[in-house]
Amino acid sequence: MASILAVDDSASMRQMVTFTLKGAGYDVTEAKDGIEALQIAKSNSYNLVITDVNMPNMDGITLTKELRALPAYKFTPILTLTTESSADKKMAGKQAGATGWIVKPFNPDQLLATVKKVLG
Amino acid sequence: MSIDMEQFHQTFFEESFEGLDIMENELLNLDVGNADNESINTIFRSAHSIKGGSGTFGFTAIAEFTHVAETLLDEMRDGTRQITQEAVDILLKSVDVMRDMLNVYKDGGEMNENNNIAVQKELENLLGNEGSSTSDEDSNASENKTASDGWHISFHPHVEMLRTGNDPVRMMYALADLGEIEVIADISELPAFVDLNPEDSHLSWKITLTGDINKDDIVEVFDWVEDECDLEIVPRANKTERIADTQETTISDPSIPAATKETTEKKTATKKSGGETASIRVGIDKVDEIINLVGELVITQAMLGQAGGDMSTDKEYNETRMEKLLEGLAQLERNTREIQESVMRIRMLPISFVFSRVPRLVHDLSSKLNKKVDLVTLGEGTELDKTVMEKIGDPMVHLVRNALDHGIETPEQRIAAGKSETGTLTLNAYHKGGNIVIELSDDGAGINKERVLNKARANGLVGANEELSDDAINDLIFHPGLSTAEALSDVSGRGVGMDVVRKNIKSLGGSVRVNSTEGEGAIFTIQLPLTLAILDGQLVKVGTETFVVPLVSIIESIQVKSENLSGIAGKADLYKLRNEYIPVIRADNIFNMPNDDSQLENRLMVVVEGDGHKAGIIVDDLLAQQQVVIKSLETNYQRVDGISGATILGDGTVALILDITGMIDIYKEKGVPDPTTPVTPPEGNNSDIADEAA
Amino acid sequence: MTKAASELNSIIGSELDSDADQYLTFILGSEEYGVDILRVQEIKGWDSVTPIPNTPEYIKGVINLRGTIVPIVDLRQRFNMPEIEYGPITVVIVLKIECADRDRIMGIVVDGVSDVYDVPPEEMKAAPDFGNVVDTEFVRGLATVDEKMIIILDIDHLMSGNEMQETDILSA
Repeated sequence: MASILAVDDSASMRQMVTFTLKGAGYDVTEAKDGIEALQIAKSNSYNLVITDVNMPNMDGITLTKELRALPAYKFTPILTLTTESSADKKMAGKQAGATGWIVKPFNPDQLLATVKKVLG
Repeated sequence: MSIDMEQFHQTFFEESFEGLDIMENELLNLDVGNADNESINTIFRSAHSIKGGSGTFGFTAIAEFTHVAETLLDEMRDGTRQITQEAVDILLKSVDVMRDMLNVYKDGGEMNENNNIAVQKELENLLGNEGSSTSDEDSNASENKTASDGWHISFHPHVEMLRTGNDPVRMMYALADLGEIEVIADISELPAFVDLNPEDSHLSWKITLTGDINKDDIVEVFDWVEDECDLEIVPRANKTERIADTQETTISDPSIPAATKETTEKKTATKKSGGETASIRVGIDKVDEIINLVGELVITQAMLGQAGGDMSTDKEYNETRMEKLLEGLAQLERNTREIQESVMRIRMLPISFVFSRVPRLVHDLSSKLNKKVDLVTLGEGTELDKTVMEKIGDPMVHLVRNALDHGIETPEQRIAAGKSETGTLTLNAYHKGGNIVIELSDDGAGINKERVLNKARANGLVGANEELSDDAINDLIFHPGLSTAEALSDVSGRGVGMDVVRKNIKSLGGSVRVNSTEGEGAIFTIQLPLTLAILDGQLVKVGTETFVVPLVSIIESIQVKSENLSGIAGKADLYKLRNEYIPVIRADNIFNMPNDDSQLENRLMVVVEGDGHKAGIIVDDLLAQQQVVIKSLETNYQRVDGISGATILGDGTVALILDITGMIDIYKEKGVPDPTTPVTPPEGNNSDIADEAA
Repeated sequence: MTKAASELNSIIGSELDSDADQYLTFILGSEEYGVDILRVQEIKGWDSVTPIPNTPEYIKGVINLRGTIVPIVDLRQRFNMPEIEYGPITVVIVLKIECADRDRIMGIVVDGVSDVYDVPPEEMKAAPDFGNVVDTEFVRGLATVDEKMIIILDIDHLMSGNEMQETDILSA
């Protein structure tokens, strides 16, 4: 079953995302900021990374860049969570190498649909 | 599938309140002229998280309001806006609004619409526009035609498209979901095999989708790769419309979830709250410690199990067995004690949680009262029981208000008195014995003894000619009805008096007293038990029953000598203990137990103190001292005056725990005068004292 | 505890037929009373009790029931019947009482337990005015079993009278 790394400094968001994805049969690991996520990513392998942008210690954009620099994650789908649909916020993620984005707030069904879109 | 979001609400509320505390703290500590960027970022992130979460969980009002504050903070953090005191103050007000809104969503109740709108207006004015939009999408409505036949799509990824993890195959599948699909691949751009880099994309496709398909749905499939490909979507019918990859395209955005219908009037509470949160954060080190101790317990248990077992007829064998058993039991006792201490500590949290409310309070109050106050906090790491801490908050807030309102003088007054114009309020917490002590001291004007005494005399609390010690006068401020402010100031005289503060602290098993020096300041000292569940007690026998006297209330135990006894109007006994007279309390008197008229000579008397009053309790025997677990009488029965709870003794029977203060109250209520005013020995005419009784 | 009582204990624990209304009956003097078996937690033999000061006489005191403090009411005294000596068949019935604010556990001392009977709702008759023997507020109805009259008690009413009203020491 596909495994997903979910990164967000908000515990309630992590809980919601994990619950939703696990319920659909995915394996989910949580991280609360970019540094923790990078560490976890290096010692495991994931089919998809979903990350919030605004986080302490290392934000989502930097995390995306760092992940892309790792051979194992060169082509792994990475989705950023942005709170607005303004173009420049989405673009920042893409410029860092992200596959796409999910706009907050989203509901569980939207999350699942997007994940399915990416993982097939 | 529908997921019930409510299960995440509690976490959201907890982390949001924490986030607001962080925001507030950082805002208060912000140096306006030379702001720390990290600090601004922290404030921004907190607001951002709250906005995101409240949108996700359907708390729309908060999301919309916070968005405005977040916009302001965003400008501040990227440098396009200067940080001013005005902005900080408005942001502080916004924190209050967000807190209120969160509370309404959490516990129910009505939104303070007027206030919320007013603060939002202030934010918007500062921002200079009439409210930001949450989305700046263009909608390209004209291109939205539904072609009845389908579409021709020309999809040419740029060379590096694969590097963002986007996969054309995936997109094809997504398109195939929309209708009948026919794909022709164009391999003309493929380089020679030897030069082929698998990370590059050199393919392009012509796709025909047949069916009644909305163009938006097709665009959505290519949503993410807009910039990394050349895309043409043409209706199968005729016209060519080119969509350049630089133009804004319509993107049907999944925005606010549908599940957020809510009225702005009454919000149903997502969780009933009783002022106490149902969860607690525990440091993992505490958990590990307990796990270790339980491990040791298991070992001890195994050891005992082995040492027990059949006794044989061989005496020596039995003796060795017995020794091992006793060893094991001693170890068991150690284990249990250690586990107990460890578990109790789980409920302990540092008092900083309570202290953290104070800076904001001091900030707001000092500006409101036009006073300058410095706040010093010491001992913030001192730990106390979570429940006690949650209930000590309000009394402390009141004491702080009182210190700022009545204690610390205005700058002019202070200078006139030869003090610095800025007053100092000091909070200090530390452990002492089985208690936590919290001191609130200020260098203000102290308690005006004359005013207090006059007021007390006017209220009939104190006799016209009665003399009281300084301490006794200062203690009068805790008496209901004694508010000495000329006008009941809005700040502290609001019907929540010092008497309520004392009552609340008492109900936690603690005490509060004041020391004051006029002109120099006052110190309020609160003492609270470290835990509400366990008590160090002295077991005593009264008649056939065993009672527990809290060790902390016991001053000493003595044998009664008749020459020190005196009666008052035939009703009660007084005992002369060194240089004071204390009432003698007999169980039958207080508890309506079988009458024991026997002489008091040589009987045992336990001298106790409750809330500043001393008394001597006659008991028949002093038994062991031990730690007892406090069991509630109220769970299945009800509160009983003079009894603070019950405990189960080693033999399984129930023993009642005495409430010393309560017992003294019962004693007084039975019409016996209170002889605990400063000492004048009742020579001869006892009726003087009887007359002065209330 | 007598054999009968321990047999009854096992009935209480076992699966109950939810269609029937079952009642545990007990003796007080010459009368037989019944309580809803779903409210009966267990039956204990009489053991010593720790008296609580300043309480009505019918509240004998409290006992330790596996770590919980449970008050014990002497029903004879509650009903103003003459006191008797507790004997070997005196039992304490531990009940779950539903009060306004929450559920409580309380025990009642009775002369002895009798049996468990099924009483279908239609067999329950209204109680006439008893005069001053038993306050009819506590009586849910009358049932006839084996030609005996059983007085079915409303224990919630009986046990949560005014004297039992609780004041929360830590309420704000």
